[in-house]
Amino acid sequence: MLDGMKKSNAKLIAYGVLSVVAIAFPFISPNRYYLTVVTLGFIYAIAVYGLNLIVGYLGQLSLAQAGFFGLGAYVSGLLSLKLHLSFWISLPMAAVVTTLVALLVGLISFRTRGHYFVIFTLCIGVIINLVIEKWDDLTGGVRGLIGIPRPTSIGPIDFISLESQYYLVLLFLSLTIFVMSRIASSLVGRTFKSIHNSEELAATLGINVMRNKLLAFGIAAFFTGIAGALFAGYIRFIGPDISNPHLTFELLLFLLIGGQATIAGPLVGTLIATGLTESLQFMQEYRMVVFGALLIIIVKFFPGGLVGAAMKLKTKIEKRMNKANKSEDALSKGENHAAKNRGFN
Amino acid sequence: MNLLIQQTVNGLTLGSIYCLVALGLTLIYGIMEVPNFAHGHLYMVGGYVTFFMMTLYGLNYWVSAIISGIVLAVLGVLLERLVFNPMRNSPSSNKFIAAVGAMMFLEASARVLWGSDFRSIPAIYDNVVVMGGVRLTEQRLIIIAGAVILMVALYVFIKHTMIGSTIEAMAQNRDGASLVGIDVNRVAMLTFAVASILASAAASLAGPIFLVYPGMGSLIIMKAFVIIVIGGMGSIPGAVLGSFILGLTESLGATYLSSNYKDVVAFAILVLILSIKPSGLFAKGAR
Repeated sequence: MLDGMKKSNAKLIAYGVLSVVAIAFPFISPNRYYLTVVTLGFIYAIAVYGLNLIVGYLGQLSLAQAGFFGLGAYVSGLLSLKLHLSFWISLPMAAVVTTLVALLVGLISFRTRGHYFVIFTLCIGVIINLVIEKWDDLTGGVRGLIGIPRPTSIGPIDFISLESQYYLVLLFLSLTIFVMSRIASSLVGRTFKSIHNSEELAATLGINVMRNKLLAFGIAAFFTGIAGALFAGYIRFIGPDISNPHLTFELLLFLLIGGQATIAGPLVGTLIATGLTESLQFMQEYRMVVFGALLIIIVKFFPGGLVGAAMKLKTKIEKRMNKANKSEDALSKGENHAAKNRGFN
Repeated sequence: MNLLIQQTVNGLTLGSIYCLVALGLTLIYGIMEVPNFAHGHLYMVGGYVTFFMMTLYGLNYWVSAIISGIVLAVLGVLLERLVFNPMRNSPSSNKFIAAVGAMMFLEASARVLWGSDFRSIPAIYDNVVVMGGVRLTEQRLIIIAGAVILMVALYVFIKHTMIGSTIEAMAQNRDGASLVGIDVNRVAMLTFAVASILASAAASLAGPIFLVYPGMGSLIIMKAFVIIVIGGMGSIPGAVLGSFILGLTESLGATYLSSNYKDVVAFAILVLILSIKPSGLFAKGAR
């Protein structure tokens, strides 16, 4: 009981420190370049949280995520560029459209299993990518959309400065993490995990597998769509490349570096990987050589990623400390016993 | 009418290239249940090796193609040893991710080593043959003939040689094959070698018509996946049939529907088929 409280206190403190750092970051960051990089990292992290729900919790490798990201970006970009809608209308619209498309895709794709599912979702991603690239009249084809308006200001708050955009993205990221951690600890999250472990068993327990898969897929796409819309409003230029399956692979890499099926993993992985990418700028070309090899090594030796490895280490230390405590207890007890015995003699 | 015949021949050319790539993919899947995402990039490396053999060393087209096959066989075996063999007991999605990693690695390495330029294998058979009012370049005929010869060779190898039949035995029943003394590791390496040779042959044949560049494997590998899903993963006749269906649909679709969306056709076919039959057209007992 006491232990539990201590643990939750420690967690609260950790969250507190993290939020202070996150809020103070624009002031402590040595230059504006870092701020740009971190903001972009946060946007990708939101999409990685979506991927985490599907891959980490539900255990289905969906490779359509970049397609959904691109879809969100283009819906939001087109609405604000061509129809001059406010960002605060185009962002939710992007999320809703992406979710609806994902539900439609999910209805068909979840009838397939294993490798068929992976290939099917990959094809969906490619189709979205190709349609965006080829539908010249609407999307501008390979030229992309240029000059997407910034997020519309709300009353006195505008989003012109880099700092304000950082806080805007941070807000969405915090919301995402909050929702995801609630899902993970709820019955729904445990249902997803049970499907991950064994679909047959889950079905036997009376879980509607199809409906839960759709739910996870929809939620994931919702957040991916939001990430896309934020990207469009932040970068203000989007091309068909952002829906390329290559982005899916990169998101997957971020997730695996951080650790799948953990709450901290997506953020940790994304920040580390994007940070590495930026510091490896001078060897831009070799970046993917390193990352490709890294992906193989991670998936073979550290399937839990950094967070998974840290958690394993922690339980190991705790176990050892518990053991040490117990043996100390046993020792002192033994001494007492010996003393008593002596006393008797 | 001439246009129709012309496009049919183009479709057969395209189908032949797809076929050689898809055959390797389906062989590997049949033996190891590994969706080898990097297979298209083996095709890419094969194209580069042939290209450099011809331009740097001035070798004959056919000699270059054979050297490329040997180099690729070694690369394929390396891939199996370094990536897929250590992963054989991992969950299937992890194998997929490892394959994606191998793919990124190969593409990035090609960019680093050879740059992102588009190159073309020098065409030596670019004479035009006129047959019944249809004009064809010799290279297209060579592609179709080459693919047919390789297919027959593969058939003979698997059905009529001892070493080749171990591949079929392993695909049919892994435990049974081990039980009669077939070495799993050797068959796995052999399969990767054969599949890589087929991929390099496809690239050598296609090189003079299509271009050679680091990203050339990305689209073809996805199409090859579409093909083997259509044909049933692991099925050899299915892969052949699927390749020609796709090649013909694409080339006729590009002519009569829209050339802009011709690449979408492949993926649309797959979505359509899996919507109606979630386990593929000719699935062999798999779900």
